[in-house]
Amino acid sequence: MFIAKINITLKDSVLDPQGQTVLRALHDQGKSIVSDLRVGKYLEVKINTDDKSEADALAKELCESTLVNQVIETYRFVTEKL
Amino acid sequence: MKVNVVTFPGSNCDQDVGTILSNVYGADVNYVWHREQFNDLPDLVVLPGGFSFGDYLRTGAMAKFSPAMESVFAYAKKGGRILGICNGFQILTEAGLLPGALLHNRSLKYVCKDVNLLPVANNKIAKTIRQPSLKIPIAHGEGAYYADKETLQTLEDEGNIVFRYEENPNGSLHDIAGISDKAAKIIGMMPHPERAVNPYIGNEDGKLILDAILEKLS
Repeated sequence: MFIAKINITLKDSVLDPQGQTVLRALHDQGKSIVSDLRVGKYLEVKINTDDKSEADALAKELCESTLVNQVIETYRFVTEKL
Repeated sequence: MKVNVVTFPGSNCDQDVGTILSNVYGADVNYVWHREQFNDLPDLVVLPGGFSFGDYLRTGAMAKFSPAMESVFAYAKKGGRILGICNGFQILTEAGLLPGALLHNRSLKYVCKDVNLLPVANNKIAKTIRQPSLKIPIAHGEGAYYADKETLQTLEDEGNIVFRYEENPNGSLHDIAGISDKAAKIIGMMPHPERAVNPYIGNEDGKLILDAILEKLS
């Protein structure tokens, strides 16, 4: 069994109003050292295989077919053996 | 006129648009549950507003895998006419039937109010609308239209922008409120024309939009 840990964020070219709002709140608290903040999504997908390359390939396929809208989002993932 | 209105779990404007099309335009309206497919070729398929699949993952993302959408893809391939309103527009972009995507409103607030829409002169549908500005209700949290620069340029050049907002309520690029494909057969828009047709509501501007879309069918 593998688990794919997937992070999805808006592309850099896409304005992230949620991230900007949280960033502003941090700045209001005096944390001006924080220079940027992006809000994204974290997904965990369990994949019933012992073959890491199969798990990697499936995680990529799931991202590109369903989990990520590549018009606006970018993703990265790691697969770990459970 | 035969119209198929596709109902997804969470659609909540299917009856609104169906009732208007049937009562005002005399259409023979067939409600298609999302698990069903259809083989008939109606004059129009409507993807209605609402919150399909609870807007989980992304608005419209899950709906494209419904069996009914296989029929919609086949229908589109045969040159069928499709109208996606609000969540229906989000579904059309997720399904790749229209370009771009709908992002959270820049204000991060759900916006529910009347807005003024400007029909865009070089669009095949919009140019038949004689009124320069239309008052139409919007009600959405994720209605900011986004596409990359090249796509926006193509939309502009090919006359695929149907409506712009007079005052941008959500951060849509190029003030876009609705787009179509090049042939103006597939139309997606965030505002709700079906909510501005009945004279009892005090606003019939939505009828001008539906007239323009349905005119091509008669």
